[in-house]
Amino acid sequence: MNENRIHTEVTQWLGQHWDPNMDLITWRSLVADSGWGAPSWPADYYGKGMSPQDAAMVEQAFAEYGAVGAAQSGVRMLAAVTLLAHGSHEQKQKYLRGILTGEDQWCQLFSEPGSGSDLAGATTRADLRGDEWIVNGQKVWNTSAHHAQYGLLLARTDWDAPKHQGLTYFIINMEQPGVEVRQLAQMNGHASFNEVFMTDAVVNRDDLVGVEGGGWQCAMTTLANERRSFDRARDVGGRKARKGKIFSDLEEEFAIANEPYTWYPQRAGRVDLIMPRAVETGAINDPATRQDIARLHIMAECAKWTGDRAKAAAKAGKPQGPEGSLGKLAASNVARLASRVHTAISGNDAMLTGPDSPMDGTIAEILVSTPAISIAGGTDEIQKNIIAERVLGLPKEPRFDDGPFRDVRRNTGPAADGTN
Amino acid sequence: MTLVFTPDQDQFRDSIQRFLKDKMPTTEVRRLMATQRGFDDDLWQQASQQLALTGIHISEDLGGAGFGAIELAIACEEMGRSLFCGPYFSSAVLSAYALMLAADQDQQEQWLPELASGDIRASLAITETATIWSAADIQTTANTSGDGQIRLTGSKHFVIDGQTADLLIVAAQSPSGVGLYLIESDAPGLSISPLNTMDPTRKMASLTMADVPAIELSRSPESLPSTLLSAACILLANEMVGGAQQLLQSSVEYTQLRYQFGRSIASFQAIKHRLADLLLDVELARSAAYQAAQTLADCGDLAQLSQAQQRQLTEHASLAKAAVSETYLKVALETIQLHGGIGFTWENDTHLWFKRAKASEVLFGTPAEHRERMLSAMTEAATKENAA
Repeated sequence: MNENRIHTEVTQWLGQHWDPNMDLITWRSLVADSGWGAPSWPADYYGKGMSPQDAAMVEQAFAEYGAVGAAQSGVRMLAAVTLLAHGSHEQKQKYLRGILTGEDQWCQLFSEPGSGSDLAGATTRADLRGDEWIVNGQKVWNTSAHHAQYGLLLARTDWDAPKHQGLTYFIINMEQPGVEVRQLAQMNGHASFNEVFMTDAVVNRDDLVGVEGGGWQCAMTTLANERRSFDRARDVGGRKARKGKIFSDLEEEFAIANEPYTWYPQRAGRVDLIMPRAVETGAINDPATRQDIARLHIMAECAKWTGDRAKAAAKAGKPQGPEGSLGKLAASNVARLASRVHTAISGNDAMLTGPDSPMDGTIAEILVSTPAISIAGGTDEIQKNIIAERVLGLPKEPRFDDGPFRDVRRNTGPAADGTN
Repeated sequence: MTLVFTPDQDQFRDSIQRFLKDKMPTTEVRRLMATQRGFDDDLWQQASQQLALTGIHISEDLGGAGFGAIELAIACEEMGRSLFCGPYFSSAVLSAYALMLAADQDQQEQWLPELASGDIRASLAITETATIWSAADIQTTANTSGDGQIRLTGSKHFVIDGQTADLLIVAAQSPSGVGLYLIESDAPGLSISPLNTMDPTRKMASLTMADVPAIELSRSPESLPSTLLSAACILLANEMVGGAQQLLQSSVEYTQLRYQFGRSIASFQAIKHRLADLLLDVELARSAAYQAAQTLADCGDLAQLSQAQQRQLTEHASLAKAAVSETYLKVALETIQLHGGIGFTWENDTHLWFKRAKASEVLFGTPAEHRERMLSAMTEAATKENAA
């Protein structure tokens, strides 16, 4: 389809249906059923089978018209991508619509206290009893689990299979007695994540995604798309000023959806605040601080240009070079250094927090949030392993976790085989 | 910015890489670095004429190939990778830019074709004692005698390839300020003494001048020293990226071959993580060097820069110099460490690049000086914007 035809068709459809005084769910139901909410999805499942490029034009036509599109924030898009790739026909029919309309919230139930970097070491168990899977175990770092109707669950179903092959992927209903969600307070005062305790929680047999023992592949699909969903979540600007019930509903949704992420910019170090703060405090006149500021500026610019190089190479159809794998590690280094420079600039004020801290607490929030960036979404150490092995081609470390999982030494300490 | 090279540029790089791999193995580097001249005339002629490298960025009507800073940067990067021994940086880079910036049309027509063809080799003599170029550092004087002849008196140090240059471009003070002057290497009153450089692949000399007859390069814009310094830093940064990449590659290869405790040492996280860090450093440095080369290429006529262009060029050049020189040295030190005892031997090639890295760290100004220069350009820009 050419650009103009897509634009015309979308604009026509919006002309016939768009009404900012509708409520958000009603409108998004129309959008979902029309296929314009997720045009790159298959036509059988609320899409139009379009290429990503064409789908981007649809999105642009919505934006130009000033109309609201399908719900896209949070973990819901990870659920959609995973279900589209691995789900059954019935699962796609049952769940995808609620994702697009925004009626259903989703969370991810992967990490455990004993399996963080070593995600495949998960020991939450699911046992088949009749037509139901009975789930027992504990998950952690579950963003938005306290709002979610559904969870993407990774659980062990076969203790005799090797580590990665005994895991199965499920959709679990979060609103049931066997599931308890507790918010997890962070050192920066926010509570963006939860712990989820499952005690004889029930999963319907039809809610197994993919095949039994194929959970690891499904989880990889989810994680590969994790970064993209965060980018979407922040795409809020510009819409707020508009009038109509839809927009007030939308604002409310964004407030909830983005609540876990409000400190993320501070986590990245807020390099943008360095110069204004240096000028405001006079630190810009201190030769030693100037060197620090310059070092940070150099690192941040180089990181940005390296990302730009990766994007441009991809656009030009060149094979991905090393520059494409380094962004996360570079971001950790930038954040760490930015935190140090903010401290140097703020001097004594770096000891304060809340409204007493510069910029109504923003500076303090930077200082206590940056340690997260080198942990979340894969620690720096795991990133370095990946870079060393996949980019530089270095050999893997010897491993001690092959063979039946039952016999593998556990991460949670000694003893406890899967049977008890 | 050039985020990706064009297929033509990739091909150009491949051809230089093949040439240097064939002609400049480290056995050849070691042979040439032990000589006083430091280079091979046949090879110089091949590089200049067969590959047309010496005139790559000089316009076609002045005998060059008519490409720009990007292609020159590619050539420098590849030469840095192989530690090419020859007066390329001094003549094709420093002197050609000095002439393009400061020489008038007649002077350019006289000298640039011969520089482009490699038939004559020139060098640039600015530094006296300071690490970073500054007008205050220049004590050499240019006096016009009664017969109208300009004569230079003073001394210059760290003149790259000064001992083999046919032509020297010298910065000197005249009553009207700092300017650039041409002197010939056999001019009366000039004595050239080679220096013992720690990096034997880049020869340097001192000049002593007593009433040496000189020609003034007459189109010297006020911004000349700063623009010339920026160009020098940018091409040096690209040269350094090539060397850093070569060192990283050597570490990656060696640690995989070296077995201890029954396993390749590259399988230890203690090694893998360091190599991953080095890769990140090298790629960030590469981005700085490439961006700076693009900024230089975007400038057009360097003698006619707007203030905004001048500031951006200064910022990106000093950013690249500071970033890449620190990375180059770090990779060199890590490469020695990752090779263990063998890395400290004369026989192992690592020290060849380490010494180039060490010398390049200081050449044209230390990283700290360039961080300050970059930040000054940035804050000057910010102040101007606020005032406007």
